[in-house]
Amino acid sequence: MSVASAVLRRVAAGIVVLWAAATAAYLALLAAPGDMVDSIIGDGADTPQIRAEVIAEWRLDRPALVQYLDYLWRAVQGDLGRSYLLQRPVADVVGAQVWPTLKLAIAAAVFGSLLAVILAVAIRRPWARRFSSTAELVMVSTPPFLIGIVLLSVFSFQFGLFPVSGDRGFAALVLPAVTLGLPIAGLLAQVLRDGLDRALDEPFAVTARARGLRERSVLARHALRHALLPAVALAGWTFGVLIGGSVIIEQVFGRPGLGQVALQAVSAGDMPVVIAVVVLAATVFVVVNTLADLAGLLIDPRLRRS
Amino acid sequence: MTLALTRPVTGRLRLRTRPRPGLAVAAVFLALILTAVAWPSLFGGDPLAADPLNVLQAPSARHWFGTDQLGRDVFDRVVHGARHSLSIGVAATLIATSTGILLGLLAGLGHRYADEAFSRTFDALSAFPIVLLALLFIAVAGTGTTSLIVAIGVALTPHYARVVRAQTFVVRRAAYVTHAVAFGASRPRLVVRHVLPNVLGPIPVIAVIGLGEAVLIAAGLSFLGLGPQPPSPEWGAMLSEGRGYLHIAWWASVLPGLVVTATIISLTALGRHFQRRFEGRTA
Repeated sequence: MSVASAVLRRVAAGIVVLWAAATAAYLALLAAPGDMVDSIIGDGADTPQIRAEVIAEWRLDRPALVQYLDYLWRAVQGDLGRSYLLQRPVADVVGAQVWPTLKLAIAAAVFGSLLAVILAVAIRRPWARRFSSTAELVMVSTPPFLIGIVLLSVFSFQFGLFPVSGDRGFAALVLPAVTLGLPIAGLLAQVLRDGLDRALDEPFAVTARARGLRERSVLARHALRHALLPAVALAGWTFGVLIGGSVIIEQVFGRPGLGQVALQAVSAGDMPVVIAVVVLAATVFVVVNTLADLAGLLIDPRLRRS
Repeated sequence: MTLALTRPVTGRLRLRTRPRPGLAVAAVFLALILTAVAWPSLFGGDPLAADPLNVLQAPSARHWFGTDQLGRDVFDRVVHGARHSLSIGVAATLIATSTGILLGLLAGLGHRYADEAFSRTFDALSAFPIVLLALLFIAVAGTGTTSLIVAIGVALTPHYARVVRAQTFVVRRAAYVTHAVAFGASRPRLVVRHVLPNVLGPIPVIAVIGLGEAVLIAAGLSFLGLGPQPPSPEWGAMLSEGRGYLHIAWWASVLPGLVVTATIISLTALGRHFQRRFEGRTA
């Protein structure tokens, strides 16, 4: 099978998953408690005339299937409906908060991957490995809010090195990114180390050593490429964890972002906003996953064939 | 030569005999936590008793974990919180495993189209980050402990369903299943007597690790205020309350957080240990 069709198949699979995710979100919208008209009116005046206006404005009188298809069609165009609560387009409400969360997620991903590579490549001695794998277990299992709270109380309250809350400048990004990146680093380091161990047992590693390469060069030039593959495959999952985790991290550090928007929408029953954030997260997951699949094709020629 | 072939090449098997102090600590800690779940008053006093004269006291011999903003003993609250937090995790894991086993079996044994439909559904559900999937469910079902449990259960189901489905495919092709078919076993008998027991094998081990994850997510969501409401002493909720007093009383949030962490680490470490034993590897 050619590379082009392998790429096409992965993109198509991604689109199917996205469609299913959007449908699941729409079902959640239908399943939400109470009448949709009640949710839109909220605490406002409730007369039959106003109800009729709401139904006309939101076009709730159409058959369910038509509404569903309309929802999908508008979602494709980036129109995610209007917030019940704020009476503004959801795309505006969510769009304004994408960058702070994205910034945090990217910073955490960079920090996490760097730390993971350093941990997996640099620590090879048996006693150090045992220490490091314990540290990784601790990093993976520690709730992110505890890491955040400990970092806050040490670096912000005790030493006053970083701001306590908000999103002003680079300094405000450091602690949240470290908090969010540590669990990622723990998991990626484990995956990388397993991959390196397996790669170093392969015949090509023996050949490289026989050619007189130092162990460090065997590791960096030959084994790391093989070990990267499973780690890259985890990229989509990693971004899911980062976005899910940012909900909690933003609360701990009092940062603006998608998590805060989602949380407020959940407590207020503002379903269009909740759904927009969830679908957005699913989209990011699918896009990153597809890119990771394609990166896998790039790294490993064997995958291009099957 | 036979000897050389059966000897471990990289010396990994030697790990088996090495004492594992970490595991023993984890087991003892979990035993303590379980005792606290079963019999909280053995360790601590009233978790709701406020003492306005001793507000935000640092840890001392009298208050091991200090006191919170209402003068309640943090240690007592942590002990009593074990029941809340662990039962949420256990209930969610039970929901996730039972639904996952059912759906995974249906996908693994059903028609090819049924399998395709189930697998795509699992794929789509896995595209949502678990915390957000649980948030979506809570937005639909409302806040509260029950909906928190079901939300985490639903969010973790695809994971178990996938494991069961994969395992079903392996078992279905095993020789003993073919033999049973040859002996004329009926389909229900085949599923109940031969497939199910072998599919279920790895589930308890995965569930122990999954329980750690469920406790982690539960603590996170109740930290966000979506779980048991104050004044009930739930671990995540305690951390959330303590966060507001972090600048003057670190113990009110950090110490409960350490207990949550130790619980999750112990569960994960024990689970992984069983997993290695189960797979017959000690890497």
